[in-house]
Order: sequence, then C-alpha cells, then structure tokens
Amino acid sequence: MNDTAMKEALPATAHTETAPSTGWHGIVADWSSDQRAFKNVSWGKAMMWVFLLSDTFVFACFLLSYMTVRMSTVVPWPNPSEVFALTIAGHHLPLILIAIMTFVLISSSGTMAMAVNFGYRRDRRKTAALMLATALLGASFVGMQAFEWSKLIAEGVRPWENPWGAAQFGSSFFMITGFHGTHVTIGVIFLVIIARKVWRGDYDHARRGFFTSRKGHYEAVEIMGLYWHFVDLVWVFIFALFYLW
Amino acid sequence: MAGPTGHTETQQHPIRLYLVAWGWLFVLSACSYLVDYFGLVGYLRWSLILMFMALKAGLIVAIFMHMAWERLAFSYAILLPPLLLLIFLGIMVSESNYTLFTRLAFFGAGP
Repeated sequence: MNDTAMKEALPATAHTETAPSTGWHGIVADWSSDQRAFKNVSWGKAMMWVFLLSDTFVFACFLLSYMTVRMSTVVPWPNPSEVFALTIAGHHLPLILIAIMTFVLISSSGTMAMAVNFGYRRDRRKTAALMLATALLGASFVGMQAFEWSKLIAEGVRPWENPWGAAQFGSSFFMITGFHGTHVTIGVIFLVIIARKVWRGDYDHARRGFFTSRKGHYEAVEIMGLYWHFVDLVWVFIFALFYLW
Repeated sequence: MAGPTGHTETQQHPIRLYLVAWGWLFVLSACSYLVDYFGLVGYLRWSLILMFMALKAGLIVAIFMHMAWERLAFSYAILLPPLLLLIFLGIMVSESNYTLFTRLAFFGAGP
C-alpha cells in the first residue's frame, strides 16, 4: 500500500468540490454529484454507521416481538418494577439494579466521548486511559447483568415459564438483554484492543494494522466510539420499553 | 506524507460540550427512574417514559455520535430508514390485537 492508496481512503479532494451542505439543495447536490455521496465521511465511519443501522433493525425486531407477545397475551405481565427490585440496607428499592446499570452505561458513554476528543488532540495517554475506563465500566455493566440473570434464574425464571405471570416474559427478557449484553462484551474486547494500539502510539506513527495492514489513525477511536454509543443507545430503548413500561 | 493530519474536518469540539450532554443524560435517566419510583401509571407514565427516552436517544446520537455536525446527505441516509419501523410497529399492533381477540373469543381464557 502506498500513499496514493492512503489518499483514496481519506476525503482529501472533497474540500475543493464541496457543494453547499445545507437544506435539500445540499442533499441533492451531494447525491447527484457523480462522485462519492458522503463528502466528508471516510468509508470506515460510513460503514460503521451502516452496520449500526442494520443492528438497529435487529434490535427493533426483538423489541417489536416483545411488544407483540405482551399485547396479545391473556395472562397478566409480571411487574418489572417488582421483579427487579432489591432490598439494600433494609430499604426496598424498585428497579434499583437496572437504574445503577443505566448510570454505569451512560458514564461509560461519557468517558468514551472524551476519549474520542483527546484522540483528535493526539493525547494518546489520556485517550488510552479513558478508553480503559470505558471498558472497565462496560465490564462492570456485564457483571451486574450476570448477577441479574443468576438472581432471576434462581427465582425460577425460564424462557418458557416464570412464577409471576405471562410465560413470554422470560423469553423476551433473556433474548433482549442477552443480545445486548453480547454487544457490550464485544465492545469491551474491542475497546481494550484499540486502547492498546493507542497506548503503543500506533496512530501517531501510522503503524500498519495486523489484519488489513492499513495505516491506522485516530479516527479508529471515533469509529469505536460510534459502536459504544450505539450500545448505550440501545440500552436507552430497552430501559424504557422493557423495564419501565 | 499526506497523513491523516491533513484531514481537517475531524470532529473537534470543546470538552465542556460533552460534559454538559453527560450531565443531561444523568438528569434524564434519574427522571425516568423517578417515574417508576413514584409509581406513576397510565398515559402520564407512558408519555413521560417515551419523552425521556427520545430526549436521551437524541442527545446520544446528536452530540456523542456527532450526527449534529455531519452533512445532511449523510445524516438523512442513516436517520430516515429507521422511520420505516413505525410501519412495522403499526402492523404488529394490529396483529397483536387480532391475536388477543381470537384468544378471548375462541379459547375463553379472558374475563
């Protein structure tokens, strides 16, 4: 791979031919330019967004099927507020574990956003440290989820039955939170991988990657961030529609 | 060497902006938890939950994922397709109502 190939990967020529970007005229101009439609978005970022779009549809299918079974069952739905309640220091708190998990995941999104920012400032130590903090928060989220699963399984929740009501509660719960937890776990693994590269200075010295042997740059941190924020975004919907509804 | 440093349009914003968005996400999450804590029910509960959900999702996509600063050709390509899900939602609501009707009418499990 030479420099020409690198230029191809970056929208270096876009600036000179950039049409007005506002309003419908800008959209039409971008799409009809007989060139790349996404003027200042690199292919890596565009592809991550397209993947996230497809993942949106996957999660939407889960949430819509959950809605369908909940709306069509004649057996009362278990009250999530009570199912996920914990007694801490003598206080009975509804849904407290889920609330803590929500705050943990939002905090991890905050540290990730700061990591992206420090990445573009080329401060590799702060970037790597913030990414590791994000990974740590993500791992603790998965840990709390494991606790939640064990607690529910011990109480007799199965995908086909539970002690409180509609059997579909268990299948929806395990499917939705399981798939989300898998996403968080994969995110944690990739955060650690990218953080290691940042720490080592791969993106400062344009060291070639192990898989594609492309030269890396700090945009990788932003693309990683897109995935991580998406995981948080999905949790916003799960929290509202499954736990609070 | 034409490295990535020549790429001038990186997403570079003040740290303060992220901290403000973070703070609002905390406040909104606390609000949606309080909806459950105070045991609000009915349309008030559902509308509050959906409102806080939409505000949080908007903050994450616009600020944290930088969609607010992308060109419209790109944001529309990503943000418009999920609207199709509303049609899917409508179909499944009608389908569930029909399933519930058949269960009540032919299996007599209901009141």
